[in-house]
Amino acid sequence: MQLSREALLAAYRQMKIIREFEERLHVEIQTGEIAGFTHLYCGQEAVAVGVCEHLSPADKIVSTHRGHGHCLAKGCDVNDMMKEIWGSREGLCKGKGGSMHIADVTKGMLGANGIVGAGAPIAVGAALASRVDGPGPDGLRVAIAFSGDGACNQGTTFEAMNLAAVTKAPCIFVFENNHYSEHTGVSYAVGTNQDIASRAEAFGMKAWRADGTDFFAVHTAMREVLDYVRAGNGPAAVEFDTERFFGHFEGDPQRYRGPGELDRIRATRDCLTKFRASVTGAGLLADADLDAVDADVMGAIEGAVAAARAADRPTAEDVLADVYIAY
Amino acid sequence: MSNMMYRAAVLSTIMEEMERDPNVVVLGEDVVGGMGTEGGPEAIGGIWSTSTGLYDRFGANRVIDTPISESAIVGAAAGLALSGKRPIAELMFADFIGVSLDQIWNQIAKFRYMFGGKTRCPAVIRMAYGAGYNAAAQHSQSVHQILTGMPGLKVVMPTTPADVKGLLRTAIRDDDPVIFLEHKALYATTGEVPDDRDFMIPFGHARLSRAGGDVTIISSGLLLGMCEAVADKLAGEGIGCDVIDLRTTSPLDEETILDSVEVTGRVVVVDEAPPRCGLGADLCALVAEKAFSSLKAPPLQVTPPHTPIPFARELESAYLPSVDKIEAAVRRVLAWR
Ligand SMILES: Cc1ncc(C[n+]2csc(CCOP(=O)(O)OP(=O)(O)O)c2C)c(N)n1
Ligand SMILES: [Mg+2]
Repeated sequence: MQLSREALLAAYRQMKIIREFEERLHVEIQTGEIAGFTHLYCGQEAVAVGVCEHLSPADKIVSTHRGHGHCLAKGCDVNDMMKEIWGSREGLCKGKGGSMHIADVTKGMLGANGIVGAGAPIAVGAALASRVDGPGPDGLRVAIAFSGDGACNQGTTFEAMNLAAVTKAPCIFVFENNHYSEHTGVSYAVGTNQDIASRAEAFGMKAWRADGTDFFAVHTAMREVLDYVRAGNGPAAVEFDTERFFGHFEGDPQRYRGPGELDRIRATRDCLTKFRASVTGAGLLADADLDAVDADVMGAIEGAVAAARAADRPTAEDVLADVYIAY
Repeated sequence: MSNMMYRAAVLSTIMEEMERDPNVVVLGEDVVGGMGTEGGPEAIGGIWSTSTGLYDRFGANRVIDTPISESAIVGAAAGLALSGKRPIAELMFADFIGVSLDQIWNQIAKFRYMFGGKTRCPAVIRMAYGAGYNAAAQHSQSVHQILTGMPGLKVVMPTTPADVKGLLRTAIRDDDPVIFLEHKALYATTGEVPDDRDFMIPFGHARLSRAGGDVTIISSGLLLGMCEAVADKLAGEGIGCDVIDLRTTSPLDEETILDSVEVTGRVVVVDEAPPRCGLGADLCALVAEKAFSSLKAPPLQVTPPHTPIPFARELESAYLPSVDKIEAAVRRVLAWR
């Protein structure tokens, strides 16, 4: 299905927002202004956007420690997210959560998560809630569990897949294989011949595989996955082969990478470059159209950082806000 | 004596014990670091630098890098221990006990008693705990409160590099399961450490880090340094503080605590875990039960509030005990008449 010009521009903008959000954080973190652990999503934008462009706020997603891209793609406000990462009381979680715990349930974004493997069972629960509600005009609402190639090894992920399979929950397991869990390679840690999707197949699920650095491949695969799951066929899985452009966390010396690896993946596996080449090559959009989006995004990120810097700081009293059992 | 970092004391003790006893085995996520990558094994060598070089020295049979599977890590440690090995499992962050809790609580902790004393379970489970890095609610917690409440576990929380050395060696040679809690914010602290390869500190022996006689302050881990700072400040005013570093929360050195309280009659317990059913409550109950007639003031605890750990710098520092909060509590028990 050919995407409209507006849809193409929207998808590009969303990917670019994530990219620049993360690139900017990479710089800002070095100044010491941002506290805590930050895991950047750069390189994987086509996955979050190719998945979430299909969703409505009534569809749920559950994210990971590397959650900024999922949050932005699912509609979390850029400024409110930046404020949260800055630890402001005006942040999306009032400065209580920070980078690893951004959530906006009003957008169907049920939380980034600091516990690897915690997300998949939560997504199954959200899918079971959808089963209770029954289908809407375009089928069942779905819940999506984003998991990494590391998280796929947790027992919780296996349990979630089996629970979804036996209950036919409208749950989609999206595996983002960026080849590393922290400092360990998939060839060591993923026992099923490095094939993550095959694990879902072993639970009787239909599974897809696609190039996660190609927005169109992701988007097309997800269209099929969603048609299948919304129709009530039960859960499904999709594995995207993708890349992470930065370290596991900010400050990671990345000595596990091969020589020239980062340059190579930036040069050949950049989803934004590939998107631009493919839409301009096909005459769907002109470079100037994309450049205009780029400029607009840079302004938005600049604005978000300025807003985060200027935002109210939390105070000691805020520690006890939202506490429902106090002593 | 050698001057070394807390983290180096962890690593050198493991190294020495692995050399001494071929049954000592290490397992955990990224303990080798770089497995299955172009950089190769030891590219990173453990995220806390507490396992660097072990793999190169002892190989894959004894230094087992695991996928992200805490339940299997601790379960495998249980099986190794029941099979004559001395596993040292690393959970990276203490918060991840959540994933592996069954294996800790229903398995490892129970074997010896539940099997009628027919087996021992010499497993050590190491983990980094504690706040101070704005790592938020799922990467900052202090878990001794939960684990100390489980019969069958020994729980160790060293404060100094020397105590790391002596207590970790005891843990590895111990025939029963030991939870070994390393405070993240102490990893880079340094201190004198005995070179003796058999230097051990027995469990259940607290360390009196300051002797003063007017008030007893009890703690362990990162906050102990704050307690010492308060003691040193008050010493300038002629107020003497006994500062007790518990070293192990199970077994508990009741004797050192009670001996001190019988002299001072005033107690402040300082803890990084939440207040309910925790170390503070436990020790306040202990002195109320066993040193009631010596007490001159109600025992107090200084802990964070009963909330998850917040992210923002301002919130986390307001959440945590501080020198000021400890000093205020000490002055309160001193002022009581
Ligand atoms: C239960 C648990 N174990 C370990 C960790 C530490 N940790 C955080 S991210 C990570 C690697 C995750 O790898 P993957 O799922 O591939 O996600 P990626 O980082 O590649 O996005 C690990 C081991 C954690 N946060 N939670
Ligand atoms: Mg990964």
